[in-house]
Amino acid sequence: MDVEILARIQFAFTIAFHYIYPPLSIGIGLIMVIMEGLYLKTGNKQYEILTRFWLKIFAITFGIGVATGIIMEFEFGTNWAVYSKYVGDIFGSALAAEGLFAFGLESTFLGILIFGWNRVSPRVHFISAIGVFLGSMFSAVWIVVANSWQQTPAGYHIVGEGVNARAEVTDFWAMVFNPSSVDRIIHVWQGAFLAGAFMILSVHAYYLLKGRYIEISKKAFKIALSVATIVSLLQLVSGHSSADGVAENQPAKLAAMEGHYDKSAPADLYVFGWVDDETQEVTGISVPGGLSFLVHQDFQAPITGLNAFSEEDRPGQVNAVFQFYHIMISIGMFLIALTLYASFLWWKGTLFDKKWLLKIFTFSVILPQIANQVGWFAAEMGRQPWIVYGHLRTSQGFSQEVSANQIVFSLVLFTVVYSILLLLFLYSLNKKIKHGPYNEAENPEEFLKYT
Amino acid sequence: METFLGIDYPTLWYLVVGLLFSGYAILEGFDYGAGAWHLFFKKDLSRRIAINAIGPLWDANQVWLIIGGGALFAGFPVMYATMLSAMYIPFMLFLVLLVLRSSAIKFRSAEEMKWWRKSWDIIYFISNVLIAFLLGVVLGNILQGFEIHENFSYKGGIFFSFLSPYAIIVGLTTLSIFMTQGAIFLLLKTEGRLHARLTFLLKKGMVFFITSFAVTSLYTLVFIPGVTDKFKENPLFFVLPLLAFLAVANVPRLVSKKKYSNALLFSSLTMAFLLMLVAFQLYPVLLPSTIDPEYSVTIYNAASSQKSLGIMLTIVLIGAPLLAGYFLFLYKTFHGKVKLDDTSY
Ligand code: HDD
Ligand code: HEM
Ligand code: HEM
Repeated sequence: MDVEILARIQFAFTIAFHYIYPPLSIGIGLIMVIMEGLYLKTGNKQYEILTRFWLKIFAITFGIGVATGIIMEFEFGTNWAVYSKYVGDIFGSALAAEGLFAFGLESTFLGILIFGWNRVSPRVHFISAIGVFLGSMFSAVWIVVANSWQQTPAGYHIVGEGVNARAEVTDFWAMVFNPSSVDRIIHVWQGAFLAGAFMILSVHAYYLLKGRYIEISKKAFKIALSVATIVSLLQLVSGHSSADGVAENQPAKLAAMEGHYDKSAPADLYVFGWVDDETQEVTGISVPGGLSFLVHQDFQAPITGLNAFSEEDRPGQVNAVFQFYHIMISIGMFLIALTLYASFLWWKGTLFDKKWLLKIFTFSVILPQIANQVGWFAAEMGRQPWIVYGHLRTSQGFSQEVSANQIVFSLVLFTVVYSILLLLFLYSLNKKIKHGPYNEAENPEEFLKYT
Repeated sequence: METFLGIDYPTLWYLVVGLLFSGYAILEGFDYGAGAWHLFFKKDLSRRIAINAIGPLWDANQVWLIIGGGALFAGFPVMYATMLSAMYIPFMLFLVLLVLRSSAIKFRSAEEMKWWRKSWDIIYFISNVLIAFLLGVVLGNILQGFEIHENFSYKGGIFFSFLSPYAIIVGLTTLSIFMTQGAIFLLLKTEGRLHARLTFLLKKGMVFFITSFAVTSLYTLVFIPGVTDKFKENPLFFVLPLLAFLAVANVPRLVSKKKYSNALLFSSLTMAFLLMLVAFQLYPVLLPSTIDPEYSVTIYNAASSQKSLGIMLTIVLIGAPLLAGYFLFLYKTFHGKVKLDDTSY
């Protein structure tokens, strides 16, 4: 295999692995802040128990997020040297801001959050929780801004030629608020909230099924369900807005997402389907003219298709982009249905009576994770063959000095270490959940009173 | 070219990056250093205390690496890209070791089983030693220069060429200075038997440091071209090593008086002076080319645009005081000897 493919595989693998943890941290962080806020406000010890419990799980996801994130930071230089030189001027300020404002904030307050229970006042502890949560939200902002710039560049000009060409900032705010960044930051944040909320829903649904920690689990479940219901609806809105942006700024990507080949014709909206790149046919169930309607509010409006671009200017793996995109949307729709139904039962007062529903919630933890992953895969594979959309090709972006053997070496290392890390993560997660928020043996009376 | 207080932007950014890496070396220096003594402590409890001494701090200290790396990418993208792709293998090893090290901290005390803790202890020890060593190796390589041709293209060896004798010596020196730093830090944080043992270990560490430092200095003078010329040009080259020497000479005295925070301060100063020496020696070069000085990566040909540097300097002016505030608060909160409780590792 050549260097380009290997570098792409390595990047996709390491970033996909990194992206298991930050969304969990951001989402759990949000709900933890709510729980601790309720504790400070009401003084109810149940909220304290919940906060302490989720803090322990938060500490693990956060720790692995940090460890795998550092690898990402340096991988730009090791594997994508040409690209790094090209975008350095642009990414520079975003990264500097991320380091100082986001990582500085979260990593210093993390110590106080985790080890400070017995050293600082509850109020200071709560402020630290907010600090860490805001820090993690900011981390997402800057890195998604950087990524959005390479999807839809703005506020720059190109200087130099050939191997020395690079983009330079001309307008900082235009660079930050490039056409896709706002939509995507919101979409990514909400994806993270869903990942965290469903984690909490899953664990407490499991306790309810087992008949353990009934009281506090009901409380936690309701908090997480409120977040999940609102956010999954909003996710449809921000996703739609993203799609509008893609239609305008990256027509080839949109065409790949829906498997639309005709140069310019009304396009269908698929519920699911299979794309044959040879025959340029899609088999599946669709709303005729649906895509035209969503983009232009007109079933007959023409949409630019893949054939409007030459072979080397459009994404190669159309079916993959199509599938990833549709899996995300199906999951989004399912989450909306699930949370709305559960909220309806809550309103009726029968939320915790239906065992099958709790079972579904127990397993649903995996769904936002999948949606987050495939969402990124669709967005990034749909951007191909460009590493900086319209300017620099992926085939020109990798490090010319690095050999295939070196990448194989590091890829093997990462695979081994990450497999161990994943096992450790699942193992300690499982252990923490089995152990539960409160140790019954230590103080049975309090146990009955609070949980 | 734009200037601030009479200094041009690339030079200012060089100072920022230098400051960040010095902060990293000093703070993570005692973290890695403490870990590099890990197997010298025999009892499980001692090992646990040693880990919890850095427990609430190491994550924050690591931020200096992250910000330093970001600052290098931001201000000198050419340097960032050339150095990392040319030093592919050492950096990949470094990154993987960082992951192993943080896993060891997080998971070591999670189980009671003997084999479990033993294995993590070994992983922890080895990763700390190798991380410290590799950082020095990279520094040694930079001082020696790279085979850089036109357009910053690296044509040097690929797999093991980073392990030159000079790089190995600098690597060992780095390890020794981190170990000194780590032992002093642990003295500050511990009591009782462990404390007594560390007083003994610190002496060994200082001997290790002084020997390897002497060897490196000699080797540098004899084998690294251009160094002696610079010495003639600028008196700072006599002052800085002298200061470093005086600082380190102060350490045993302070330790015997049990003034551990001052001792830590002086060993940090030693590190700072040595890094300043390196920075002065290289300036304005970042990565010397061994083919032709024309091809070297310098702060001018590697820098981002003036506009971008200006924006980033503004960000630093706003962000640095905030960060300093967070750090003061963190260190104040965890001041004093280690006390294990239910939140400890
Ligand atoms: C700031 C930059 C940035 C950010 C925030 C992300 N990526 Fe990315 N991604 C890149 C910058 C990048 C890149 C360096 O530009 C790559 C390497 C090869 C390429 O074409 O783009 C890339 C490629 C790439 C590929 C390979 C696509 C292909 O080769 O066909 C995948 C699957 C992902 N990324 C997935 C993700 C995920 C799951 C992310 C969320 C965490 C993510 N990316 C965030
Ligand atoms: C290639 C892209 C990325 C790079 C280079 C990167 C880099 C990093 C680094 C260096 C850290 C450790 C920082 C620390 O010590 O706190 C980190 C952690 C983190 N990253 Fe990423 N990251 C990337 C993608 C993302 C994305 C897309 C998100 C969006 C949600 C994200 C969110 C976070 C968060 C919240 C943390 C804190 C740790 C955690 O919550 O698990 N990162 N990342
Ligand atoms: C409900 C319907 C949804 C729609 C219409 C939708 C739409 C989109 C679109 C068009 C993109 C590509 C944006 C681009 O390339 O610039 C995208 C990306 C993404 N989606 Fe969704 N999405 C939906 C649901 C979800 C859900 C439920 C999640 C996660 C829980 C999710 C997570 C993501 C992520 C992480 C990305 C990649 C980041 C980005 O490009 O914004 N999406 N989505």
